Amino acid sequence: MLELASLSRAFGGLVVINRVDFKVDAGEIVGILGPNGAGKTTLFNLIGGVLPPSSGRILFEGKDITAMRPWHRCRLGIGRTYQIPKPFTHMSVFENVLAAAMHGGNMTLTSAKAEAERVLARVGLAHRARLPAGRLGLLDMKQLELAKAVALRPRLLLLDEIAGGLTEAECDVLLGTIRELHGSGITIVWIEHVIQALRRVVTRLAVLSGGSFIAAGRPDQVLADRRVKEAYIGT
Amino acid sequence: MASPANLILNGGRAALVAAVVVMAATPWLFSATHVVLLTEFMSMLVLAIMWNLLAGYADIVTVGQHAYVGVGAYAFFGFAALWGVNPYLSILLAGIVAFAIAVPTMLLVFRLRTAYLAIGTWVVAELLMLAAGKLSAWGGGSGTSVPISIILYFGRARDVRLATIYWLAFGLAASAMSVTYFLLRSRIGIGLTAMRDNEEGAAAIGVNITFARILCFLGTAPFLGMAGAIITLQKLRVAPPASFSITDWTVLIIFNVVIGGIGSFEGPIIGTIVYFVLRQYLADLGAWHLIILGTVSIAVILIEKRGLWGLVRRLLGDDLIPIAHKPSAMLTKQHTG
Repeated sequence: MLELASLSRAFGGLVVINRVDFKVDAGEIVGILGPNGAGKTTLFNLIGGVLPPSSGRILFEGKDITAMRPWHRCRLGIGRTYQIPKPFTHMSVFENVLAAAMHGGNMTLTSAKAEAERVLARVGLAHRARLPAGRLGLLDMKQLELAKAVALRPRLLLLDEIAGGLTEAECDVLLGTIRELHGSGITIVWIEHVIQALRRVVTRLAVLSGGSFIAAGRPDQVLADRRVKEAYIGT
Repeated sequence: MASPANLILNGGRAALVAAVVVMAATPWLFSATHVVLLTEFMSMLVLAIMWNLLAGYADIVTVGQHAYVGVGAYAFFGFAALWGVNPYLSILLAGIVAFAIAVPTMLLVFRLRTAYLAIGTWVVAELLMLAAGKLSAWGGGSGTSVPISIILYFGRARDVRLATIYWLAFGLAASAMSVTYFLLRSRIGIGLTAMRDNEEGAAAIGVNITFARILCFLGTAPFLGMAGAIITLQKLRVAPPASFSITDWTVLIIFNVVIGGIGSFEGPIIGTIVYFVLRQYLADLGAWHLIILGTVSIAVILIEKRGLWGLVRRLLGDDLIPIAHKPSAMLTKQHTG
């Protein structure tokens, strides 16, 4: 579904993503682990089209999207949440999701309204629908970020540290939602620091360190890998 | 819910409808002096609505808006006075010429962002003003008066003429407002509002940022051009520094929009009203009124980034003119129980 071919990105002399080759198949939930500064968010910025790569190619469903603008990628079916939520602060929670359904989801106003209400009920934000998004707390903000991404009706969903800062109970709710989304046919790539959350849902785990993948495979195998322990846990 | 905020909002809406009715009937209700003043108000309102759309929503902070006002003025003069085109048609053509100038300008300034874009738009406006000064048929650097025959075309009696020009300005302001209203309610408008709040976030949910910017930049130009034509009918002159006045058609407009509330539908309307009220009281102070206006706009922006309307809206919790889309009553009721 998604293929990164020899993808690199440098900021000045600093190589943040270094010749990454990576494939995601339809139906997977891939978890990406990595220490701070490993290049995880940069990787998402490249896939989402916020940053152009220095070299290499990105293919989505066989189509080269390397030069495509973010909104075109979004309409092709790549949805994304941000680690630091990007709500439309002066719009209502409802309108935030409505905007996503109408643009990325390419729906008419009527069906987008229905979709926004459905998605808000699903992530448990219906009671906040009329509130300006800027007034939400952290958990609600993250749920909104997810709601917006879901309303895009993506085929591939990129989640950037969506569980960070949540309590265990909140995290369970979130995992439920993510499983449900995956069950409805969405392929997911999830960057996360919370290893326990990741290993409970992912079908495959990959570890990014120093701009390259140092391990990938079944979660238990990857976590047992010596290099992963060195890079990530620091022992 | 008949909360005080709702009462005020509904009162405000009723007052707004009444104001529109009164404005439509202005020439029958008010003296010539006031008709002239309100004509000017309508032109300024158009400029404020357009600047707000560009700077408040599409993140095109232009300080070269006066370019299109001036181009509109010169085009109107050219068509009506030099080439004998019907003066009403000339107003429309002034809008089209402004649009035609906006296309190459856009290609140039859209390569720039933020402060560089602002400077770019300014430079283009200055260049156009200098070029206008080279047009000898338009009186060169000192400009020229609109021929009396064209003025009389809008009405032989002074009252009739003032009324006609007023209605032209009123019609332009009304269409500027309607177009903006329907734009903001549309799919593209929802995207623009998202861009206003977070541009990267908007791109990530599929809002075509480039298209929205182009649409706003090219869409505002004809309104500015037609406003330039109507302003010329009021001033009865074209001249480079007056027709392309950065103070009158850009700086003052920025002050007004900032005071009223940038990035809201109500902001430019409120700001323009505040400006005219202040100006009436501060007229004796001469240049001081600009200083005071600038100070007020800085003070307002320090207190509330989204201007006077931002302050009021926080208290009322809803828009005066309902732009936002609302969820069905059922959704919120179901879940608040």
